[in-house]
Amino acid sequence: MTEAVSRRRFAQSLGIVVATFVLPLAPAYGQAADALPFSLRSHRRLEGWIRLEPDETVTVFTGKAELGQGILTALAQIAAEELDVGLEKIRMVSADTSRGPDEQYTFGSQSVEQSGSAIRAASAEARGTLLAAAARRFGVRTDDLQTANGAIAAPDGRRATFWELVQADPDLLKKDIAATAAPKKPGGYSVVGKSVNRTDLPGKLTGAPSFVQDMRLPGMVFARVVRPPRYGAKLISLDEAAARSVPGVIAIVRDGNFLAVAAQREEQAIAGRNALASGARWSNDSIPLPDIAALRDELPRLRAETIVVAANRQSEAVADNVKKVRAAYTRSYLSHASIGPSCAVAWSKDGRMTVWSHTQGAFPLRGDLAKVLGMNTGQVDVVHVPGAGCFGHNGADDAALDAALVARALAGTPVKLQWMRDDEFAWAPFGPGMVMAVEAALASDGTIADWSYDVWSNSHAMRPGQAGGVNLLAAWDLGAPFVKSPAPHIPQPFGDGDRNAVPTYELPRKEIRNHLLLDAPVRNGSFRTLGAHGNVFAIESFMDELADVAGRDPLSFRLSHLKDPRARAVLQAAADKAGWKPGAKGDGRHGQGIAYSRYKSIGMYAAVVVDVEVDRNSGVIKVPRVVMAADIGLVVNPDGAKNQIEGGILQALSITLMEQVLFDRTEITTRDWSGYPILTFAEVPSVEVVLMDRSEPSLGAGEGSLPPTSAAVANAFAHATGRRLRELPMTPERVKASLS
Amino acid sequence: MSLRITVNGEPHRMDAAPDTPLLYVLRNDLALNGPKFGCGLGQCGACAAIVGGRLTRTCSVALRDIGEDEVVTLEGLGTIDKLHPLQQALIDAQAAQCGYCTNGMIMAAKALLDRNRDPSEAEIKDALVDQLCRCGVHNRVVRAIRRAAAELAK
Repeated sequence: MTEAVSRRRFAQSLGIVVATFVLPLAPAYGQAADALPFSLRSHRRLEGWIRLEPDETVTVFTGKAELGQGILTALAQIAAEELDVGLEKIRMVSADTSRGPDEQYTFGSQSVEQSGSAIRAASAEARGTLLAAAARRFGVRTDDLQTANGAIAAPDGRRATFWELVQADPDLLKKDIAATAAPKKPGGYSVVGKSVNRTDLPGKLTGAPSFVQDMRLPGMVFARVVRPPRYGAKLISLDEAAARSVPGVIAIVRDGNFLAVAAQREEQAIAGRNALASGARWSNDSIPLPDIAALRDELPRLRAETIVVAANRQSEAVADNVKKVRAAYTRSYLSHASIGPSCAVAWSKDGRMTVWSHTQGAFPLRGDLAKVLGMNTGQVDVVHVPGAGCFGHNGADDAALDAALVARALAGTPVKLQWMRDDEFAWAPFGPGMVMAVEAALASDGTIADWSYDVWSNSHAMRPGQAGGVNLLAAWDLGAPFVKSPAPHIPQPFGDGDRNAVPTYELPRKEIRNHLLLDAPVRNGSFRTLGAHGNVFAIESFMDELADVAGRDPLSFRLSHLKDPRARAVLQAAADKAGWKPGAKGDGRHGQGIAYSRYKSIGMYAAVVVDVEVDRNSGVIKVPRVVMAADIGLVVNPDGAKNQIEGGILQALSITLMEQVLFDRTEITTRDWSGYPILTFAEVPSVEVVLMDRSEPSLGAGEGSLPPTSAAVANAFAHATGRRLRELPMTPERVKASLS
Repeated sequence: MSLRITVNGEPHRMDAAPDTPLLYVLRNDLALNGPKFGCGLGQCGACAAIVGGRLTRTCSVALRDIGEDEVVTLEGLGTIDKLHPLQQALIDAQAAQCGYCTNGMIMAAKALLDRNRDPSEAEIKDALVDQLCRCGVHNRVVRAIRRAAAELAK
């Protein structure tokens, strides 16, 4: 019986284990320069990363989560490489507060950099320790030993497997990682650098239980939430009678403005939700929302904290004989628009709360859950189980608290709670709307003499686990509510709304100001690349506008402001592959545009060339072809990296051409897919990705393809038509207006 | 009152209320994980199965309306040890990232190949136009379906 099998599988893989890691949290916004890999600094125990199992497999623990980006496969490749063990022997355990290392959040394209470096060092340490043990056993020097396929051989033919060595000395790998064992040189790699198939796909493609939505625990019940109609509305009264009369409904949970219903069966929970919603009366309170048709004027009027994030030579005057150019750009509010609404399973049992969640930060979520539930952190566990692709901070963490609140009311009974489609669209955090204004001075030789830049947006970083409050939706609605954490200050080069606000071009004089909006009328959060998408859209659009004023080709204009050879190389590679012709003219309908960025100024280099065809009657921009060249340093899994880059390009096109969350002045009106169209099979272009062959340290591939793509579309449109689109998305209405 | 349905060749007697959307019967009574809840509105295609030979949004069809029509879900195509050519082709092309929409992609492709053994790229895109994917693996899915069609033609 399938159900029995699935229960057993989940019981095996998701069993509750005594916590082995309870350590202070470290800021994880980025990896600073240090000899010891970031993630090892607070997790030095080797057995916390790698264990040799009696069945001759290797368990490798990571604090990062599989979000559909293939990270567990890439990390398994790194472990297999450094250990000299077959890839099929590696069993990855992802973010789990009950048994894994705390690596904070899975975000910012940092998993290969952070967890990969830690696993590489831990694997090298384990292999070195095993080699030393074998050398003692055989009475030879370690240099005379050979390792392959999990076994060590002496020159005279004697051999021992890793597992035999550990069986002989069970404490062998129970030690601190000294990080003195030298990892292999990239030139000698045989597993890293090869395209290997994702280990999780066969199960996902045949219906094996793979997602938190697929979890089934004995006696589990189903729950749904009823949310207010709008931000700020309060529950005045509740008639529970209709909901209580729905067959199968077993509990209604009300705490302040938080409202949920649980039932024996899922469709009963949904019917209960509908009945409960019709019995709820909400106040007319609302929070005034910005006018989405006028973001460019609206956002800079809001209360803000202004931070100068970069400046040079501001005390020197700009020459008189310069040409001043200025422009302003906007980006709308964006939904993560996960295909699967957020879901969690929670179980309150014997004084402990265990929550299975597709969160990006199991450890930070645990902390906030414990605060809200009034429990000690040690009494709460969060186990990552995949959900639908999230692309940032969607409703995953909120659904986890929702499920825990219902589970607390039904102690002893496991509860699966899933949001409905309208919950996800209306209540998950959005990528904030942004306004970018830039002014530059062109010297008489056509180079940039001065650059002045302003960006306005709410914080893109409002995740759980931040100081000064609790960032979980239901926590703000409880009878005894918690306050939101204030926006953190994330320094460059990581940044928040100012991520990638500092151009990587050579600019003799510049000042960049970030206006962090302090009031957040619309719930805001992290969407893939944070502010980088808006900033690069503005910077790279403006580079073309400057090139136009200077009478220069957009490619050569960029190259003349770039010294970094890796930046120049991706631009040239993309241009060559796409057949870039300097000075080519658009014909009113067809055009080609180029754009470049280095994600976070320290990450992936990406240059992209986009072709467009403009339908001047309908206002629809069609993109037939995209070519991107990317430099992500040492490539762990080439096809996996290309997959991420291709996906980022298509998502960027979707954002560029059609995406914006709709709201009136009080209410989110995007409630289903008809209010939030995304790119479909009808619109996808051909996509070609060139990966540069580099041996420098790996740079994450998950996000860097998005930022330049929007600007390349704008540049291609301008090339085709001579008109400039400075607002995203480029809806047919905006296109037609710009052409009239 | 109980209703009989046939799923992946097996007859079942279901006790769920007759107006229960088929999706919840498949997922929760029969423990089939292929069809996924995506929107409950028939907009995204994550819940797709083949019912009576037709591609069907199982979130939007009631148990009582299934009648004699056989239901085929992702699990009815192939198993992890004996993959259907479509499943094999999607793995070969690594045509999934998060994998949540993939059930719908495969079922839509199955329905297409059942009526058109050699679809063009345009016909594939047209057949999948209402299947939403957020990760951006569309081109890989199209390539995989072309490959599966070639494999099935052998």
